Amino acid sequence: MSPAVGARRLRLDPVACDGRGLCAELLHELIELDEWGFPLISPDPVPPELELLALRAASACPVLALRLVPA
Amino acid sequence: MTGAEVVAPSTLRLFAALPGSSFREHEQVHGSLPTHSAPELIAAAEQAGLTGRGGAGFPMHRKLTAVAAGARPVILANGSEGEPASGKDRSLLTVAPHLVLDGIQLAARAVGAQRAYLYIPRDAVVQRSVAEALAQRGRQPGAVKVEVVTGPDRFIAGQETAAVSKVSGGLAIPRFAQQPVYEKGVRGRPTLVQNVETLAQLALVARHGPAWFRSVGTSAEPGTMLVTVSGAVARPQVAEVALGVEIAAALDVAGGPTGPLGAVLVGGYHGAWLPASALHEPLSNADLKKYGATVGAGVLAALPAERCGLVETARVVTYLAGESARQCGPCLNGLPAIAGALSELAGARPRRGARADVERWAGLMPRRGACAHPDGTVSFVHSALRVFAAELAGHERGRCTATSSTPVLPTPRTAERGWR
Amino acid sequence: MSPLTGVTAATSAGSPLWYFNRATGVVCLLLLTVVVVLGILVRRSRPIVAAPRFVVAAVHRNASLLTLVFLAIHIVTGVLDPYVSLNISDAVLPFTAGYRPLWVGLGAVSLDLMLAIVVTSLLRQRIGVRAWRLVHWATYASWPLALAHGLGTGSDIGAWWMIALTAGCAVAVVGSVAWRVSASFWAPEPIGQALSAAGARSVPPRHLVR
Repeated sequence: MSPAVGARRLRLDPVACDGRGLCAELLHELIELDEWGFPLISPDPVPPELELLALRAASACPVLALRLVPA
Repeated sequence: MTGAEVVAPSTLRLFAALPGSSFREHEQVHGSLPTHSAPELIAAAEQAGLTGRGGAGFPMHRKLTAVAAGARPVILANGSEGEPASGKDRSLLTVAPHLVLDGIQLAARAVGAQRAYLYIPRDAVVQRSVAEALAQRGRQPGAVKVEVVTGPDRFIAGQETAAVSKVSGGLAIPRFAQQPVYEKGVRGRPTLVQNVETLAQLALVARHGPAWFRSVGTSAEPGTMLVTVSGAVARPQVAEVALGVEIAAALDVAGGPTGPLGAVLVGGYHGAWLPASALHEPLSNADLKKYGATVGAGVLAALPAERCGLVETARVVTYLAGESARQCGPCLNGLPAIAGALSELAGARPRRGARADVERWAGLMPRRGACAHPDGTVSFVHSALRVFAAELAGHERGRCTATSSTPVLPTPRTAERGWR
Repeated sequence: MSPLTGVTAATSAGSPLWYFNRATGVVCLLLLTVVVVLGILVRRSRPIVAAPRFVVAAVHRNASLLTLVFLAIHIVTGVLDPYVSLNISDAVLPFTAGYRPLWVGLGAVSLDLMLAIVVTSLLRQRIGVRAWRLVHWATYASWPLALAHGLGTGSDIGAWWMIALTAGCAVAVVGSVAWRVSASFWAPEPIGQALSAAGARSVPPRHLVR
């Protein structure tokens, strides 16, 4: 199923990511933490109703490792 | 032609010239550098079906086209060979450096590059061979300047973005790339990263034509490749074989097995174990797929039956865990954990949850790092659990079929631990 | 008593503006202390604050913005107050004030640093983490400067509650910093507690791991 126009997905910079965990707290629908505290991020496009929350999760990351990019 | 024959010494291609040949001798054997235009070279690479010989097997003409589309591209000839069980790049650079340098010049012409970098290991023999070859060539008219960069003796130093990082003046560790290297590589310029063997093959294709290249190998995977045959064989060596040759025949080039074999490691440390029953299989990606293997970087390491495959695997995975760049959480945490559990499985009566731990942690590795180091390691681990399943069961009952504790696969530890 | 002397008496006793100035000054010190302490705690807040990290981070951010609001009132009341001669520029240009230039100047430096920190934080996604982090270190200078400013200019210094307050803030900041640089700061959090608070599981669900 091709993504809707303008749909975005979450992309993580794994080098910058430090396992701080704020993203998983804010967006538990799409992000879970593994047993070492690092995020497991859904590769699917972000549903429109979660887009705002995803933006918030991205800006909350203390090391700016999380971004929203075109799907 | 089915390509079932091994390339006989009389029809050697990459190794046709004698080791230590001067530039003049090289030109006598192979002919002078062809004068084809850039589009002709790219077309020749495409018609020949020339794919990367660095392990990934990506079609060369597509890389050439992508890089040629960029502004002021550069060439990065990758000969750093971080794979301990592989010696083909070192051999090629020592025995036939002029073919590699020819390939660099042709690739530069094909993409419109004015600069080239030759990335080699910190090996005295290789460095001398390369320096001599460059000195013999001097400055040919229209030739691109080749800058030699030596990299550290680390597994990950040959990874594409690590090579670009090192050549750009940084550490030889993978970078999280916002854009692919063919758009933004060395110092921000579109970069063609190609294994030295692939470039040498291009130098031959340009001289003899695509049809000649395709006259050995399989129709889907044409040409020859260099394999490093090691382990329980009479004469471990780097040999040139046709793609599609039987694995057993490739082992025979190195004098054949010294005794019954338990398994063969194909590809490299990110490759896969093949059971001894699979030695009749052709060395081609199409045929190896069912074993979860690819030809990779041409490693063929024969494990003797008297040595425990689980112990070897645990040793290698411990080495691979130590070779992590330690930049990404999953790799940094997961590989040592997997190595620890594998070491338990390689011992007598392992803890009940060890196998489940390996599976769980392995499942947390793919596509979560800046490079494929964790992915490749996990692939290797899975093949071991498959091929050595009987051994695993034996260990649970406190039995091991091995009678030898001599390590087979090399796990070097360099004195320096950095990536400079 | 003539109306004029009445007014003079009221002024010299302390105008409403001066009271607001002192009050907002105290509030700023309190808020700044909260900001600094939360900024440290956000990395390892589990044993002390039960809230998720994003909450601690958000309170830290909001407290710093609130500080700026009270700072603005503090500056305006100080400028408007007829008892001391201060211009708006004295708030940002250090050591140029006509009244206690050194101590007011320290406040100005503290404010300048705060403005830099807040502006770079708002523009974080544009300037990148490295530049942001570099400026953010200035926090550790801004707080003591604010404290010194308060001690040098404040007229309530002798009051017992002021001493207690200042001491409390100092203990909170010094204690947090001491904990931050100690090895025990990095003692691993109990995995289960940390992960369950964040909603994590140790077996990843199928849809997240292919």
